[in-house]
Amino acid sequence: MAQLNIRNLTVKFATATGSFTAVDGIDLHVDPGEVLAIVGESGSGKSVSMLAVMGLLPDTATVTADEMTYDGRDLLRMSRSQRRKLIGREITMIFQEPIASLNPSFTAGFQIEEVLRLNLGMSRKQARARALELFTAVGIPQPEEKLKSYPHQMSGGQSQRVMIAMAIASNPRLLIADEPTTALDVTIQKQILDLLMKLQEDYGMALILITHDMGVVAETADRVVVQYKGRKMEEADVLSLFESPKSAYTRALLSALPEHATGDRLPTVSEMFLREDAE
Amino acid sequence: MSDAKDIAVVEGRALVQDYHVPGSLFTGGKQVRALKGIDFSVAQGKTLAIVGESGSGKSTLARIIALIDPPSEGELLIDGQPIDITRRRPGPDMRSKVQMVFQNPYGSLNPRQKVGDVLMEPLVINTRTPAAERRERAEAMLQKVGLQPEHFNRYPHMFSGGQRQRIAIARALMLNPRLLVLDEPVSALDLSVQAQVLNLLADLQDEFELTYVFVSHDLSVVRYIADDVMVLSKGEAVEQGSREALFADPQHPYTKALFAATPVTDLDAIRARVQRRREARERQAV
Repeated sequence: MAQLNIRNLTVKFATATGSFTAVDGIDLHVDPGEVLAIVGESGSGKSVSMLAVMGLLPDTATVTADEMTYDGRDLLRMSRSQRRKLIGREITMIFQEPIASLNPSFTAGFQIEEVLRLNLGMSRKQARARALELFTAVGIPQPEEKLKSYPHQMSGGQSQRVMIAMAIASNPRLLIADEPTTALDVTIQKQILDLLMKLQEDYGMALILITHDMGVVAETADRVVVQYKGRKMEEADVLSLFESPKSAYTRALLSALPEHATGDRLPTVSEMFLREDAE
Repeated sequence: MSDAKDIAVVEGRALVQDYHVPGSLFTGGKQVRALKGIDFSVAQGKTLAIVGESGSGKSTLARIIALIDPPSEGELLIDGQPIDITRRRPGPDMRSKVQMVFQNPYGSLNPRQKVGDVLMEPLVINTRTPAAERRERAEAMLQKVGLQPEHFNRYPHMFSGGQRQRIAIARALMLNPRLLVLDEPVSALDLSVQAQVLNLLADLQDEFELTYVFVSHDLSVVRYIADDVMVLSKGEAVEQGSREALFADPQHPYTKALFAATPVTDLDAIRARVQRRREARERQAV
């Protein structure tokens, strides 16, 4: 059975000028222990569909789906309290801006211990010990010192490690990472991706990686969903996607990679295709 | 005619930049050396790419080259002429020669200024071009960068990120500069838009024989656009050379680390990784 199964997900936002459809009938599933990459450019709805799963969308959003189940349990008809037991424990999420995701007024240690006490009912003492364990697991140097540090005293890469430590604190079965390395330098990006992949294998959790970067997809994913303007363009295992992309949009995206430039000019995702598709 | 070609459009000699970091009430401030003696020169029509990670000093160097900040030590020459902006403010002539395009087209355009005014402002400040001609040149420039003359009276918020970056490039070109300093001009843009803007920059360089200093953290973009590359790390140029040489055979360990960390979409690499994953999973299943 799929860990997460979504059929015909649509998300609409009420705006001043009428309703705007951000996600338009997306089907999506991720199996236990699988790494699924959702790729798209801005406006593709790649983040919105996962925020819908997490229940993190604002009130202006209307979420409809034929099915949205986690481990066979219906996320749409679940009560708020039931949902809160899942979200943050079995399903966790990390975001693009690690420094903005942490509260600047509290130490990193306090914030992770808070998660452990509230979500897992640990005592202060247990939480302190587990926090140290987690900081070590995500490769934070001098973990004891860093528990006492405030977010501004840490680099972007370290902050993202803290966020990952929080996200894996409850041994989740599904981790959703929304552009986890976009704000980071390439050498740090490499470290964070390696860490995510290692944790994913060690813990056997499913990982959904939202990204715009084809290179990141190539180095992490088992399976890939390509989205464009709220619709799914293509779904394939990672090798087939790069070897023989089926949709014109994927082909255009791949050929726009500067590393694929053969002559003087880069092929662009042609205006023609964009118009065709918008209709 | 040989002299014009032989003199570098921009040259830096032992450029150093110190920043003063203020201390708190009880501890004194300290000096941070952001650039530790940088040498380079770029010939007309060529592109020098400056590559580095955050904190490498690449934007500090860009600001010195664009005549925004003076260096603490060292010498900057534009067209063979030494420039010291602390002693004498550069006049309109010098300002016209060097223009800059910034990373974030959402922050670098005034939201209350119409596109036409954005483009005409450099002419108003630096030249005595009559109003009618200013308008004419602005409209022509809009077309050069792939926008329409009817965009003249619109505001920046009515444009997408890629279109805004085109506007920023158009503004930089209004004074017919010789040198364009581009600080991460495509990093805020989507892949498909990035390709369009890179193509535009290549076309404009051919047409106007522009010289580019292109600051970037993205090696695949650098490989596409640069003639020469300088790799900066912690304020030092750890490696400098032609694009071909640098990409074919990187020498410095830092350059090698950068290459190793850059994700690639190489099919063999994907195949090998998929195979490793499958084996790991089979081991677990046993």
